[in-house]
Amino acid sequence: MANVVLRNVRKTYPGGFEAIKGVDFEVGDGQFCVLVGPSGCGKSTLLRMVAGLETITAGEIDIGGRVVNDVEPADRDIAMVFQNYALYPHMSVYNNMAYGLRNRGMAKPEIEARVQEAARILEIGAMLDRKPRQLSGGQRQRVAMGRAIVRQPKVFLFDEPLSNLDAKLRVAMRVEIRKLQRRLSTTAIYVTHDQLEAMTLADILVVMNAGQVEQIGSPLDVYAKPATTFVASFIGAPPMNLIPLDAEGVRARFGGAVAEAGVLGVRPEDLAISSEPPAPGGLTLDLAVEAIERVGPETFVYGTRSPGGDLAAISSKPGELPPDEIIIRIPGQEAPAIGQRISVVALRHNLHLFSADGRRRIAV
Amino acid sequence: MRGSSPRMTAVRAGRSRIMQKQSVFHSKFLPYMLVLPQLAVVLVFFYWPAVQAVIQSFLLQDAFGLSTTFVWFDNYRELMSDPDYFSAILRTFLFSVAIALSSLSLALLLAVMADRPLRGSTFYRTLLIWPYAVAPPVVGVLWVFMLNPSLGVIAHGLRAIGIDWNPLLDGNQAATLIILAAAWKQISYNFLFFLAGLQAIPSSVIEAAAIDGARPMRRFWTIIFPLLSPTIFFLIVVNIVYAFFETFGIIDTMTRGGPAKATETLVYKVYSDGLLGGNLGSSAAQSVILMGIVIALTAFQFRFVERKVNY
Amino acid sequence: MVEHRKFGNLLPHLVLWTGILIVAFPVYIAFVASTQDNATIANGQMSLLPGGHFLETYYKTLFVGTSGTTREPVGTMLFNSFVMAMMIAVGKIAISLISAYAIVYFRFPFRMTIFWLIFITLMLPVEVRIYPTYKIVADLHLLDSYAGLTLPLIASATATLLFRQFFMTVPDELLEASRIDGAGPFRFFWDTLLPLSRTNMAALFVILFILGWNQYLWPLLITTRDDMQTIQIGIRKMIVTSDALTEWPVVMATAILAMLPPVAVVVLMQKLFVRGLVETEK
Repeated sequence: MANVVLRNVRKTYPGGFEAIKGVDFEVGDGQFCVLVGPSGCGKSTLLRMVAGLETITAGEIDIGGRVVNDVEPADRDIAMVFQNYALYPHMSVYNNMAYGLRNRGMAKPEIEARVQEAARILEIGAMLDRKPRQLSGGQRQRVAMGRAIVRQPKVFLFDEPLSNLDAKLRVAMRVEIRKLQRRLSTTAIYVTHDQLEAMTLADILVVMNAGQVEQIGSPLDVYAKPATTFVASFIGAPPMNLIPLDAEGVRARFGGAVAEAGVLGVRPEDLAISSEPPAPGGLTLDLAVEAIERVGPETFVYGTRSPGGDLAAISSKPGELPPDEIIIRIPGQEAPAIGQRISVVALRHNLHLFSADGRRRIAV
Repeated sequence: MRGSSPRMTAVRAGRSRIMQKQSVFHSKFLPYMLVLPQLAVVLVFFYWPAVQAVIQSFLLQDAFGLSTTFVWFDNYRELMSDPDYFSAILRTFLFSVAIALSSLSLALLLAVMADRPLRGSTFYRTLLIWPYAVAPPVVGVLWVFMLNPSLGVIAHGLRAIGIDWNPLLDGNQAATLIILAAAWKQISYNFLFFLAGLQAIPSSVIEAAAIDGARPMRRFWTIIFPLLSPTIFFLIVVNIVYAFFETFGIIDTMTRGGPAKATETLVYKVYSDGLLGGNLGSSAAQSVILMGIVIALTAFQFRFVERKVNY
Repeated sequence: MVEHRKFGNLLPHLVLWTGILIVAFPVYIAFVASTQDNATIANGQMSLLPGGHFLETYYKTLFVGTSGTTREPVGTMLFNSFVMAMMIAVGKIAISLISAYAIVYFRFPFRMTIFWLIFITLMLPVEVRIYPTYKIVADLHLLDSYAGLTLPLIASATATLLFRQFFMTVPDELLEASRIDGAGPFRFFWDTLLPLSRTNMAALFVILFILGWNQYLWPLLITTRDDMQTIQIGIRKMIVTSDALTEWPVVMATAILAMLPPVAVVVLMQKLFVRGLVETEK
């Protein structure tokens, strides 16, 4: 069994800064878990704690049923792929992959077999004699992965491995990584700040912000039912529209059950341009069109609720829109003109309600 | 500082390929005026003396400087068959190796220790690099004082453990004295470069090695040491050049080449033969030979060390 | 460090402090000696702790001089060293700046030849050409003068190379924008290039100052007058072969004083110093 369990894990740096504020979750055997969040949220720190490269101030980390808090990285039976690949510059590709096996005293023939097999899977057999500096970014990435898979570890750890690749390569490698992991059925924990990568790769998604876990769940669950406004605006692009409502507004819209101020959320794709009133319980907004973006298969329309108002200041919360700005996503290429006043509607079951501080999802 | 990194790499890697800026000025006289001061100084105080040295090495001047005869390679031949000269060569090389080895190993140890707990911190660095600023003669004075047979602190200690310490009489002890003092001074320079070299190794590579099952000692020998090798080669050459030339101040203060020439290095010999012996021709020939050695060493460094820099 | 052994973190600190002690020991002894009186030292009974003669010794050292072979008080020698170091540092930086500027930013016949001429000087330190240089300086009547002390040492190319390397990394666009703004070579140099070079100049200044201050062989050769001696020579002359005549406290005090300026510079301007050292050796 190679599951990973984190129990109330905390990390505080000597200066007093609390980087990880109590994290609990479990990654089942063979599952692909993605830690996603903005820069500085602690996801890399958490990964490194699982690897043993950072100390744990409190709590427990369990790998395969064994508590590994005090176990050296070399003894945790893990393999890690770094963002900058961290290949040994002075060794050939073959030796880069063989290094870990040699350290464990494996016999030469077996090392040869494993390295060749990994090279075959990753299609790097032709470059076994080359040095890292002679390889392209994508090739180095494969070697880094090869180094990880020859070890046949209990857990793979990935620290933003695709960030340094160009966009096209990133998409191709994303698929490769997923296929590889499925084929080897090794437990994997993957860190990224790219929500698209997170959505496409994960079995379990862990959304983090400022050292805390905001939500854990399958990608589609997290997408359909975000637990906080942070998750709501972080997952899904363009981000969810968030409209603050006072208590009156909430009661008026959602019935008497809820009577406190809150934040109304609706995704851009759930808004449609229509001059007809929506079904009961739905939402209507009057907007003045400020900008249009045509991306090919669809169009993004940016509108503001206050007519002729200045575009609000840039929001300080990552992923959130400035207040008053609403994005609508419409299929096709037809779009209203800039300056035009339009009406958009959303159905009730596509509306989300959060508490005023954004920390809680309110069921309606 | 801004600047595209390809350019930087090109400048560094192509030392012998001189690149020109795209945008230049096209004045007629200005560039010559700008270069003039340095060129003048260089011609008068570098090339002219160097040429003079070569010329003088082919001359034989009598004691009063009244007549000079052109003797071709006689001075050189004399040197080559002079046992004193050969022992000076041997001695200088031995000193260099001893100074380089002791200084480098201690500096490497210190750098490895300083790199670990406080990566990026300048605390230990500050405390270990200041000896670089100490002048050779001062180094000589300090060590002469500590190891003075009658009143030196360390001399006391040595006698207490049974060593008969008298560098004024014992040539080997005098040599040890010089080596110790010179190595002491070089520790900080080597330490600095080792530290820089260590910090240039990305921590992720070391972490990857740790995850790959390598314990600290194994990591050091299989990862850190190989990646440090350009710095090591570079420092070996620098230390040898240092031992050749900068030890003059130390030797002149401590032993003046004695006892019985036990600490006379090549540079010191040039000085004493010329100043005290009055044999300027021989002294000049020695200078020229020294020039040759240095040029060879520098060329060696350029060709082999620079090659290994890029992985 | 990756490991988390509890006492594993002690070892580096232990080794480092041992290193620091080894490195500091000679200087400490010198300081202790400078605060005790000569008789005690000469008898080999110097204790390992500082004594009480601090002020008296240092006053004597700076302003009075020893009764031994140096008749010059150390104050004068420190002054000479200071002037020499400053002149070397400033002089070298000045001529190198404009040379590098010419070589990088101008196209003219013999540009490459001149560059190589300057480059080769890197290879030979002054120790290799002492006597001929001495003769030339003597012929120019520059013995016992600041000019004679400093000019031959300004000759080498390290600074020129450093500035050249730096100028090569300055983007062309800066020059182009300057030209469009109507600036000629002087303006560009003064208004744009020079401010950009400030850090390099400062780093280089630190290295060169220390180099100049610590010069030994050359000043030894060309100064004959006592009042033109630098502190390094002064130190040397204080060690007389016969121990009985050496005034050890004064000698040690001189050593400390000789060390202070360059060490202070290194410690206070550490970042610049390190940068200068690493850049010039590349």
